[in-house]
Parts: sequence; C-alpha cells; structure tokens
Amino acid sequence: MHTTNLKPSPLQPEAALHSFIVEAGDPFVFEIKKDQVVRIVDLEGNQAVDTIFYNGQDYADRYSAQDTIREQGNIYLTTGTRLLSTNGRTLLTIVADTCGRHDTLGGACATESNQVRYDISKGYMHACRNSFLKGLQLWNHGMDKRDITSNINFFMNVPVTPEGKLTFEDGVSDAGKYVELRAEMDVLMVISNCPQLNNPCNGYNPTPIQILVWEVNVQ
Amino acid sequence: MESSLLCSEVLPGGATWSHVLKRGTSLRITDIEGNANVAAYFLNFENPSERFNLPDTLKAQHTARLRAGHVLFSDMGRVLCSITEDTVGWHDPIAGISNAALIEKKYGKTTYQQSRNGWYQNARDGFLVELGKYGMGPRDLHATVNFFSKVVVDDSGAMQYVGNNSPKGSYIELRAEMNVLVLLNTSPHPLSDDPTYSAKPVELSISRVPAPMRDDRCRTLCPENTRGFVLTELYFL
Repeated sequence: MHTTNLKPSPLQPEAALHSFIVEAGDPFVFEIKKDQVVRIVDLEGNQAVDTIFYNGQDYADRYSAQDTIREQGNIYLTTGTRLLSTNGRTLLTIVADTCGRHDTLGGACATESNQVRYDISKGYMHACRNSFLKGLQLWNHGMDKRDITSNINFFMNVPVTPEGKLTFEDGVSDAGKYVELRAEMDVLMVISNCPQLNNPCNGYNPTPIQILVWEVNVQ
Repeated sequence: MESSLLCSEVLPGGATWSHVLKRGTSLRITDIEGNANVAAYFLNFENPSERFNLPDTLKAQHTARLRAGHVLFSDMGRVLCSITEDTVGWHDPIAGISNAALIEKKYGKTTYQQSRNGWYQNARDGFLVELGKYGMGPRDLHATVNFFSKVVVDDSGAMQYVGNNSPKGSYIELRAEMNVLVLLNTSPHPLSDDPTYSAKPVELSISRVPAPMRDDRCRTLCPENTRGFVLTELYFL
C-alpha cells in the first residue's frame, strides 16, 4: 500500500558526518544545520519515532502539525512534504522516504494518556512525553512542557476514514526503511524513540533506530 | 438542578474572546447567521501548562471529528470540557487556524489605519494577543479546533473543506469539567471556500449546569472517557 510515494536516497551511509544509534525509550536532541540532511532509519521495523523540530534561532517558532497538513492538503507526510513552523517558515523538507507515509495527528504517548487509553494502572509505564521532558531538561536551554507540541510520528500508521474515524493500525514500515529530511534552516531536532507497549505502533516490541547526518552538499 | 442562564453576549466576526469557564457552568455557542467558524483553545486556568491536547483527544475517542458526546482532553489525561449539546454533528479538529499571511494571500491586505475595525483579522494573532493578557505567548499556543466547520479526509489522506456545514441557529454547548481558560476566535476557517472575508458573529451564553451523573453521555461514550472523568475527579479531591 502507498508504494507510489517510495523514493530512495542516493546518499551513502559511509559518507555521513554523524551516525547515532538511539535505543527505544531514549530521547535524542541534536542540532541540524541549514542544508544538512538527516536520515532516520527504522532498523528493525515497525518503530514509531516521535519527533519535534524547532527553529534553531528561536525555539518558540516550532513545527506545526496543523499548518503542515493543511498547506499540503494531506494529513500524511512523505517525500516532498515541507515541515512548516508556527511562524510559517519551512523548517525541513522530506527528500527521501522508503516507508511511504508518516503520521502527525496521533501525537506522543504520555503516562497520563496511557491511563486514559488503557488503564488507570498504566500510569507507571514509560512514555514518549517523559522522554521529551528528559531530553529538553538535558538540553538545558530553558525549554519545558510548553515546548512539547504536536509531533511527527515517523513510521507510524494512523489512518483517518472519510467518516472521520481515527485508528491505530499496524505500521507500514519494515526493517531498514528510512525517511530523509533536508534542513531548510538551522533546526533543533528532538526525538523520543517510542517505548509504547500497549498498542501496535511499535509492533509491541520497541527497537533501536539510527540517525545519520550528512554535511552540506555531500553526495 | 435545572440550567440557569448567567450571561449572554454577541461575539462579532473576526474577534477574539476569552473567559475562565468555571467547573459547573457551560458555554453555548450559537451560529446566529449560519456558516460561522469558531476557532477554540483551552487551558487549565489553575495551571496553564496543562492545556488542550488534540492528539490525545482524537486518540482516546478514535475520532477525527468532534460532536456531541465527545470531550476535550488535556495533556494530563483530564477532561477540560465536554460537548453536551451539538446540532451540527461535525466540528473540525485538524485544519488549524488562520494567520496573517494566509488571510492577506486569500483576501488582500487591510490595515487598521484604513479599515478601522473592519480590518481582516486572523485567529493566530488574536489568540497570541489574548494569551498575552494571561502572561503567556507563542510557546503556549498548541493545536486548536474549529467549531461549526467540516474538513473530510479521503483514503489517500487528502483533506477537503466542506462548506455549508452549519445552518443558521446551529449551536454547540461545552460543559466545563475543570476551571478552563477558554479562548475563541471568529475569523474565517483557513480553508473556507468563500471568496470574500466573511467572518460571522456568534452568540455566547454561559449557564450554571448540574454536575454530570454517572450515566452522563460524555462520560459513558467510551471507556477512555470514563477514565478521563475519574482522573478529573481525582484532581478535585
């Protein structure tokens, strides 16, 4: 399904400037400079990667899910999608995608939303918004919960039906699939590699991802 | 206990409104002329870092539309407001709000100097100014909803604005389950297909209402909502 959106990248991992492995349940915060290209690799398959981008010069100007989907007229993110900020700037553009589509309506899991969605007793299970808070606290630039806005869920499948139903389905991703973005300005990337165990967003088995960053104009 | 009307006013088109809607009261928004759009945002007045969370609201209720029976969840798993009454059946939670650049591109540039209070206002600037009155700013404005407007999504993910969604006299009623800072803006929907800037007025009425019973339709819509009400009750212990 949705194979028409598949677009591989010519970039070679050996030529990357940076390579990181992020384990499930960990935050990852990193600055991406203008014209650098970042690739997120779903190493083992069906792993949701919760991600928020910020204008590197002004963190109050950040990714806006609603502006991004409205301006492209489609709720799914894939190659060609411009990730818009709240101030209407293009933060990054998706330049390659071997998965096909990514969610931005489903948001990030939280201990509190786990209580609502699954059981009051689930409040002590690890969740993305705890990872986001930890990542922002470690980044130590004055960011807090107010900065945890609607995020992207790379590799996650949250279909909406014409009748307005929203469901969580098995991922459309698989081992080795990736999405690649070019920074159109300096941005801060904040990731929670999702620890969710209560729904199929990670195939009930959260796994590591790889982050690769290529320098300006390196092919 | 019967509902009792406490106050009522007309919010003109293109305007912004805010009020701390107390637990135990409700806000009815009436589309006076038809095809109004009311952008809305909600925060816990006692601790505004707790605010409306759109993804949690949609996920918990398995919906990409809002209608009677649905509730608006905060990021803390609590119910800010319940939609107790609704004559429309589809309110848009996904398309977001207008901004200055969008309004100028669609309808042309206006200035206050030339147009006075007839200038083309936009929801983002309206909300940011209103949040400023409570000591907040851009970091505090997260995803919003649009009452009275409809946007459908097809199987490919394409979004389509559906006009004429709200007949004259339509209304939606929000019951506050916490003390909620409610922000409203009556600028046109960002995907409105009206070629002119047609911001419509709405009537706002606040009433005292009975506390929800165990069999309340919003509380019992789904197990997720019941748990949301339980978490909200725990907060007020």
